[in-house]
Parts: sequence; structure tokens; C-alpha cells
Amino acid sequence: MKELDRLREVMRRDRVFDFVAEKRMPFATGRHTIVPGELDISHGTILYVEDITVSFDGFKALNDLTLYINDGELRCIIGPNGAGKTTMMDVITGKTRPDSGVAYFGQTMDLTRMSEYEIAHAGIGRKFQKPTIFPFHTIFQNLELAMAADKRVWPTLIASITGEQRDRIDDVLEIIGLKDLRSKEAAQLSHGQKQWLEIGMLLMQNPRLLLVDEPVAGMTHQEMDKTAELLKRLAGDHSVVVVEHDMDFVRSIAETVTVLHEGSVLAEGSMDEVQNDPRVIEVYLGE
Amino acid sequence: MAYRSFTLEMMKNDKGGKVLLLVLLALIIFVPSLNLFTSTDSVFHVSTYTLTLLGKYLCYALLAVALDLVWGYCGILSLGHGAFFALGGYGMGMYLMRQIGDRGVYGNPELPDFMVFLNWQELPWFWQGFDMFWFAMLMVIVVPGLLAFVFGWLAFRSRVTGVYLSIMTQALTYALLLAFFRNEMGFGGNNGLTDFKDILGYDLQAGSTRAVLFIVSALALAFGYLLCRYIVTSKLGRVVVAIRDAEDRARFIGYKVESFKLWVFVVSAILAGIAGALYVPQVGIINPGEFSPLNSIELVVWVAVGGRATLYGAALGAVAVNYGKTYFTAVLPELWLFALGALFIIVTVFMPKGIIGLREQLRKKRSEMNKADSGEDTTDDSVQSEGSQ
Repeated sequence: MKELDRLREVMRRDRVFDFVAEKRMPFATGRHTIVPGELDISHGTILYVEDITVSFDGFKALNDLTLYINDGELRCIIGPNGAGKTTMMDVITGKTRPDSGVAYFGQTMDLTRMSEYEIAHAGIGRKFQKPTIFPFHTIFQNLELAMAADKRVWPTLIASITGEQRDRIDDVLEIIGLKDLRSKEAAQLSHGQKQWLEIGMLLMQNPRLLLVDEPVAGMTHQEMDKTAELLKRLAGDHSVVVVEHDMDFVRSIAETVTVLHEGSVLAEGSMDEVQNDPRVIEVYLGE
Repeated sequence: MAYRSFTLEMMKNDKGGKVLLLVLLALIIFVPSLNLFTSTDSVFHVSTYTLTLLGKYLCYALLAVALDLVWGYCGILSLGHGAFFALGGYGMGMYLMRQIGDRGVYGNPELPDFMVFLNWQELPWFWQGFDMFWFAMLMVIVVPGLLAFVFGWLAFRSRVTGVYLSIMTQALTYALLLAFFRNEMGFGGNNGLTDFKDILGYDLQAGSTRAVLFIVSALALAFGYLLCRYIVTSKLGRVVVAIRDAEDRARFIGYKVESFKLWVFVVSAILAGIAGALYVPQVGIINPGEFSPLNSIELVVWVAVGGRATLYGAALGAVAVNYGKTYFTAVLPELWLFALGALFIIVTVFMPKGIIGLREQLRKKRSEMNKADSGEDTTDDSVQSEGSQ
């Protein structure tokens, strides 16, 4: 067994180079095989965030944050301003490195060691707080660029779109309800439509986990209902984490709600449980 | 997975590009033949001076197209692109120096004049191989490409963007300017490389050689344009524009942004180097002045005047501004820099899309005015109706 341990140390799952990952190298570890570079959700948990601390100039944006997201779950994260919601997303997507703690995607992928584009390829899609799309491309092109493909430089230069990929884009256009606007420049979309386009762009990546930051900010009620429907539809096939301020919206979609406060989890449970939690009431009403 | 071939499809919907290529074709056919086959007193005669001047403009146009690729499409405002142009020029200049052979003032068959003057005994290592044309041309591509690669790799990896990057490129060209001024560098110091005799055995002063250089410059511009057009109409071109408009989004959908920037930057530097190499035999000299930051800034003005992110607009801008420069520096030499400054301000304030965008801008303005007119009418009506009540 000692040899095996040494081998494991050499082939640390989080330190595997790309060229090793391309080849499938299954080797036994306990009960199941590990394929480096591939998502392993055999335990039913897709995201592990454990004891993450991030501080900016002494201010602790995240303070021993621990959070688990199950595969296929729709999770809402709420909390007052400065609770660390966006910082948490930054850590998960590789934008910010934590001072301490671990973040794993499935069993095998150490997010704190991966770069943004590697994390995107691994299957985590992120929607920003402010809708961020490519304004001078058409809706169709926006989705085309986001589509899962070989995203290295030379293959991108000579890539052309296949019929299959066209169908995939059409499917997503259908889902986000922008089918009639496909050849319009994205800059001309309304605020709500931009939000949907961005969600559509995430879908094109075939992600396993969607991080959605304030999807209904600035939306009308009708748009909100449509967004709620969209997100509910996505859960199941994908795990969805929604950060949102709007309580009505959260109530309409949430299965499980996590309340963040001062960089750590204050409460977790169904919407009713959370709302009746005295600590949560204090944080929200005490202000 | 499907792959795109190098087809003419990319020229569809590219009116400006078609015009540019047709103009180049016309230039290739008419200018050299009017120069070589008409008598000097004919009305249609094109003097060798004009031919060379036009050839120079074509090199500038290629340089402008190269800059437009990185600035217009990728949003990297390089204020040091003149450095790649000058390096390409030095590559060609070194070959031309070696072609002089023993016809220099000192008649040394092995060493260029300035080395004899400096009492050097043998050719420095970095001059080896430049007597071979193919090697010199290889260096024209490799040296600017390599410099762009190293500089870009360091800058883009550290995520230096915007104005900071511009300042760094400016510093790069300024540093090279100072370095090439030094005699010890072995590139002719202040005077640079000049007194060229021939290229590939043909006399550089001969009209036919000039004509061929002109044709090659026009072809290089056409090739450079088509290459850039291929790039910007590819998926890579769309990614690059996406990076310009929303870098973070591009990164989070899985593109390694720094690699894309680096690739475009290197391609652009190589094109600039080729432009420089074609420029030197036509003007007959290359000196450190070409590294001057002012040159790179002028280059940015050409592209801004022509119209960013169109490629052909950059070529138009380069020719237009340089024609203006030739005219102004002959008539009112002391006013040129003021004119250039004024031009830059006018373009940035009133014509953000340059000459190319002017038509669209005018059309928009006219429709707005029409709208405003009809708008006034309705308010007048309401005032009248109020009055009548």
C-alpha cells in the first residue's frame, strides 16, 4: 500500500498537468476510480467550500465560510450587503484566491489552484451582477462564442460552425426566449433580455454548476416570473446557485436558502425556517 | 468539428476592402507602366519620385493595417508599433549594407563603413548571415515577432491593460531608440544604415528596381489586408472583439484571454516588420529616428483618422495623413505638428469612427434633424391647441 500512497502523492489529483489529464488514467482509490480532470460527483455533492477565508486589507470578506452544494440542487444565497456573496463567487471561479481553506469542484478538482478559463472548462458558469455580454456581436454570435468547443487559439482561428452546433444554439435561444432576436446586436437588448442572454451563454458551455449573481435586479415583475421559470427549469440538469436580494423572488424559486452574514453562514434551510430564525431576523431587522 | 478554409467568402459584405484591393490592382498596373513606358514630358508620366513616394505610403498603409488589428479589434492601444516597423527596417538595412561589399568609402569588403570608422576588426556575431537574402528576410519576421512575443507574454500575463500598457509600449520604443543611438550597439549609431547600392544584384537607383519594389509593397499590403480580414472574420476575430468589449466575460466562458491577445499582437508585429523591410530600400536609409515615440503616435493618428476596426480605413488614413504631411512639410513646415495635433483632436471629438464612419454619422445626424423637425411641429401644434382652448 505504501507504493500506492506514493503514487497518489505524485499524481496529486489537483496537480495534474493537462497532457496527463487528456489520457484517461484510471487508478483505484478506495471504492471508485478517479479520472483526472474530470468531474467526479459520486458522493452527490458538486461543490465543497470549506473554511474559506479571504481578507482585503484586514477586512475579512469571507470568514471560515463552509458550504456544500448538491448535484442538481437550486440553492439561493441571501444576505445583507457586504456579507461576502460576490467574493464567494470570485473564489469559486478563480478570480480571487483565498487566504486559507479549500474549494473543490466534485471530488477531484481543487478550484483554488485552477485559473478562470480552466474552471470554466471544468463546468462552472458564472453570471455577473451587472449583465455582461458582448455588445457588438449578435445574439447568435454571443451564444456561439460561449459554446463549449476547443477554445485554444489556433483551433479557434479555423473553426467553423456545424449544423449540430447551430441546432444547439437554436435550442438555447428557445430556452431563453430570444429566438426572434437572434441577428440583433446584443447592445440593443433591454436590461432583462441581456440577463437572459447571459444565462443562455452560460448554458452554451454545458456547465454542471451555474453561479447566478442577482439575476432579477432591475427587472419588471413579468420578467422576474420568466426568470424564475427559467432557473427552475435549469435546476436538476444543472446545479444552480443564485445570489439575490429580492425576497419575493427567492421565495418563488428557493428549495434551500443559505443566509450569509459577515463572511460566514448564519443559517441554512427552507425559506420558512430561515425567515423564522431569530438570528436572521436580528441581522435583517436590526439594521 | 468543421474547419474554415481560406475562401473568398470573407470578402462578402466588405465593400471597402474590395475597393482597396481594386485600387491596389490599378496601382500595380498603371503606376509602374506610366513611370517606365511614357516619356518624361508626357502628361501621363509618373515620376520616379512620385512612384517611390507612393511606395512609401503603401508601406505606411500596411503598418496602419497591422496596428488596426491590435487596436481596433483587440483594444490594445500600442504606442510603440513603430519599434517593430523599425526592427524590420533594420533587418533589411543590414542585408543592404552587406550588399555594398567593397564599394563603400573605405573599400573594406568585409566590414560596413561605420565599423571601419569605429576601428572594428571583424563583423559582430549578430551581423553574421545577413549577406544572405533569405536569412535577412527570416530575421525581418522573427525579430519583431520575438520581441512582441516576449513583451506581450510578460505584459498580458500580468494583466496589464489600457493606458498602462500603452505607456509601456511607448517606453519600449523609446528604450530601443536610445539603444540604437549608441555606436557600440553595432547598428551604425546616430547615422543608422544608408548608402545602399543594390538589392539581390539589382541597382536600387534604377527605375525598374523601384517599380518592382512598388509592386511588392502593393502586393504586401493586399496580402496583409487579406490576412487581417481572414483573422477578423474568423471565430478568433469574434473572440478578440469580445475580449475588447468584455474581457472578464470572455475569460469566464473559457477563453485564455492572454493567449489570444499575445497571438494577435505577434501577428501584428510581424506585419509591421514586413512593412519596415519594404520601406527601407525605397527611402534608402534606416536610422534610430524610426524608433522615435512620435512616429508611433503619428501611426495611431493615421488609424484614428481613417477609422478604427475597419482595416481598409487604416490604410486610407495612413495615405491621407501622409499625403497631408508631404504637402504641409513642403509648404508650411513649421505648422505640420500643430496640424497633426489639431487633426487628432478633431477626429477624437467629432469623428470617433474616422473618415470611414463619417458617412454613417452624417446620415444619422440628418435623420435626427428630421425627427427633431417633426418633433417641433407636434409641440407647436400642442401649443396652438392649448392657445385655442
